Amino acid sequence: MIDQRNFIYMFYGFAAAWVIVTAYVAYLAVRERRLREELDRVRRMLEESEKKA
Amino acid sequence: MRNKIVFVLCVLAAGILCWQLYNILLILPNEKDQGAIYRIVYFHVPAIFTGFMGFFVALAASGTYLVTRNLKYDAFAAAVTEVSLAFATIVLATGMIWGRIIWGIWWTWDARLTTMLVCWLIYAGYLMLRRAIDEPTQRARLSAVVSIFGCTDILIVWKSIEWWRTQHPGPVLSVREGGGMAPGMEGPIYWNWLALMCLAAVLVIIRMRQENISREIDSLRRLAHSY
Repeated sequence: MIDQRNFIYMFYGFAAAWVIVTAYVAYLAVRERRLREELDRVRRMLEESEKKA
Repeated sequence: MRNKIVFVLCVLAAGILCWQLYNILLILPNEKDQGAIYRIVYFHVPAIFTGFMGFFVALAASGTYLVTRNLKYDAFAAAVTEVSLAFATIVLATGMIWGRIIWGIWWTWDARLTTMLVCWLIYAGYLMLRRAIDEPTQRARLSAVVSIFGCTDILIVWKSIEWWRTQHPGPVLSVREGGGMAPGMEGPIYWNWLALMCLAAVLVIIRMRQENISREIDSLRRLAHSY
């Protein structure tokens, strides 16, 4: 069983690992949203160019 | 189909991690000298295995790009490198927290730590280089070269505890000469490695989807400019 010696730092270690993973997942989510918005914008721009042409 | 694979990998990773957290926190005893803090090894070592595995996969993808000149391999190398760098960051962070308790310091310029930091900087440089170059083939060629260069540092990181006297502990796992962890305490390292590999695969799939969207945006832009 766990004693309290160094337990808090062990918790920090585990937490650090999951904070990094969570931050990276959040970064991926934001990036995906931006890319999809950009894709929609470029598609609209292309449709307008086709109409003009 | 891809969403189903992501879901299955996520469930597998979560299941293994929960099971192993139970093992690590409630079943395994404390280490005689280190107390509870030694349990950091159950994320530190699997994270570096996952990170290095990813860097080697990126090396293979970069080499394949240089041979075939197919940009799909370059996109795959970039995706895998970015995910692996996240795991390398976990290694540095967890190692520093362990060092704070065991050595009394957050950081020392020991051969293992320094070569690992250099490795992290090389791959961070790889990602920065990709942002700095707009032309896809030039970006892919230079990135592939950096990826191959970075992998040589991995070998130095791996062997550093044998080549130099380091403050970092020597081999831990019994598969490596000089390693001596009790057999029952080694299992969670391999299980957590499997879980982190599943997690890394999910992140690479998501990252690859983004690379495909980026390529679609580039091709649509070229088409729009041609009108």
